[in-house]
Amino acid sequence: MNPVDKRRREFLGGAAALAGAMIAPGVFLYDYAQAKAPGEPASGKVRWGMLVDTTKCESGCNDCVVACNTEHGLPEATRATDAQWIRKVELKDLRSGKAISAPVMCQHCAEPPCVDVCPTGASFKREDGIVLVDRHTCIGCRYCMMACPYNARSFVHEPTTGQKPDVPRGKGCVESCTLCVHKVDRGGTPSCVEACAAAGHEAILFGDLNDPQSEISRRIASVATTQLRADLRTDNGVRYRGL
Amino acid sequence: MDETRRPAAAARAFWTLAAAGAAVLALALGAAHYMELHGHVVTGMSNQVVWGLPHVFAIFLIVAASGALNVASIASVFGEADYKPLSPLSVLLTVALLAGGLLVLVLDLGRPERLVVAATHYNFRSIFAWNMILYNGLFAICALYLWALLERRLAPLAKPVGLAAFAWRVILTTGTGSIFGFLVARQAYASGVIAPLFIALSLAWGLAAFHLAQAFFARLAGEAMDAAMLVRVRRLLGIFVVAALYFVAVHHLTNLYWAKQAAFERFILVGGAPYPALFWIGFVGLGSLVPLALLFHPRFAGARATSVAAALVALGAFAFLYVFIIGGQVFPLEIFPGYEARSAFHDGRVGSYAPSLPEFLLGTGGLAAAFLVALVGARALPILPAAAPAIPAAAAK
Repeated sequence: MNPVDKRRREFLGGAAALAGAMIAPGVFLYDYAQAKAPGEPASGKVRWGMLVDTTKCESGCNDCVVACNTEHGLPEATRATDAQWIRKVELKDLRSGKAISAPVMCQHCAEPPCVDVCPTGASFKREDGIVLVDRHTCIGCRYCMMACPYNARSFVHEPTTGQKPDVPRGKGCVESCTLCVHKVDRGGTPSCVEACAAAGHEAILFGDLNDPQSEISRRIASVATTQLRADLRTDNGVRYRGL
Repeated sequence: MDETRRPAAAARAFWTLAAAGAAVLALALGAAHYMELHGHVVTGMSNQVVWGLPHVFAIFLIVAASGALNVASIASVFGEADYKPLSPLSVLLTVALLAGGLLVLVLDLGRPERLVVAATHYNFRSIFAWNMILYNGLFAICALYLWALLERRLAPLAKPVGLAAFAWRVILTTGTGSIFGFLVARQAYASGVIAPLFIALSLAWGLAAFHLAQAFFARLAGEAMDAAMLVRVRRLLGIFVVAALYFVAVHHLTNLYWAKQAAFERFILVGGAPYPALFWIGFVGLGSLVPLALLFHPRFAGARATSVAAALVALGAFAFLYVFIIGGQVFPLEIFPGYEARSAFHDGRVGSYAPSLPEFLLGTGGLAAAFLVALVGARALPILPAAAPAIPAAAAK
């Protein structure tokens, strides 16, 4: 091969790599992540949800809780007044004695009791199924905490420190798991899901429940899953396997 | 008392009482400010017990406010003319108790300064939002009602406005009860019977509050209470206490019949100290059975025994609400039926609650506010019936 051809080949190779590097994130975003443009409203075509596989969740592992606290600037909970957006619950079957471990967070109900009872409409559900609290209209009455069947909400009992720019918090307001809406809107996944995967458990799966081709939908179609307090018909966005 | 010295003495008594009420109210405002500054971390409330002692005071005052209208309703709606002279006091007391209750409720909010948000953003699926309209509406109706009762030219309005007030307050107390009745997921609440239960409670608590206010103003004026009216109020209060007991019994019996509620009922009625003691001794014993004995036994027919009975009914109300509101929250939510659960966030564990001083002060501030509104109202307006042609209180036995 003459030197000119070699340089040409190297140049073309480098250009292809550069083009690939530039296009790849776009392809990634387009194919999997569906990032929203700033200001674009949430789409009702999507319903975000999670599948917790209790057969993979390890007792004593707290990585999802730690990741949530880090992501949202929540101090480690040591008192009954501290916020907990996600918690690990250790369960024991009363008849068989079988032990189960599972994270519990806001279940992002399709029929959320917290939204029904909120006097000002501060508790609301987005078109894509994410249940949130508007920090500007929450008056701190705590009626949503009385109404939540899953004990998923926390009241900010004292002045906050170490706030994250993406996660506004404020004393006197109620808050709960946002499904990491700030990450999801940019095409990301919730921190608890990432932490669980990083720990090698992959017990929490995140995705679009409305898309029959999504991994979460396919898993729900193939294994038996349940919703917490299914008797209440709140149609939770979070489902559990192995309960 | 010497007639010439009477106005001066009355003025002195008024200002002394007003100052005492204002002092308690000032302490409450200070406590509320302290709570707002530091957050609810300075209260006994937590993420499990989200409504504490202030709600016990607030709900007592709001429920009693509705019932305080009994006497006016009996006159305007049911046409019992004997009650008519007492109607203005009845309406004033409704306004006073409601104002006191709402004051506590608002100052206990996480963001009380956002009251304007609550007044401008309504979620009509929320019974709380409906109640805000109902509470404010009752103020408006009571103002008109009082005007119709006191202004001779508006007298024809008294009956229709009285009827509207009666209907409004029945709906209002249905709404207050439904705050709890609509909580689908809590073992302690989630029942349609809570609305009529609250109406029965309001009849008893409101009439008890009315009697205490009437006795207080009579004593302040150095006048005796009408003996014939006393007999009727005693009988009525007794019937209301029985009605309240009936609905409480129905609520618990329904729960006891359902296997899924057995653990909660065992907790509230037997095992979960201090709630069973508060329920049986506080509400059933001291708050209901002892007042019934005082009201129906001929040995205790006097004004004083009636006042003791009324005060015990009010005390029982606090015991009932403490068990109902706090006891209902400390019992853990059943999220995983068939499993024993434990976590760092109250799962499967009975919670604890110890009221703090600021909460107590805020609550008593509601009572003080109600007292002040009634005291000032009764002085500024011709609320009280003209001196009764009466027998002294002691002789009324």
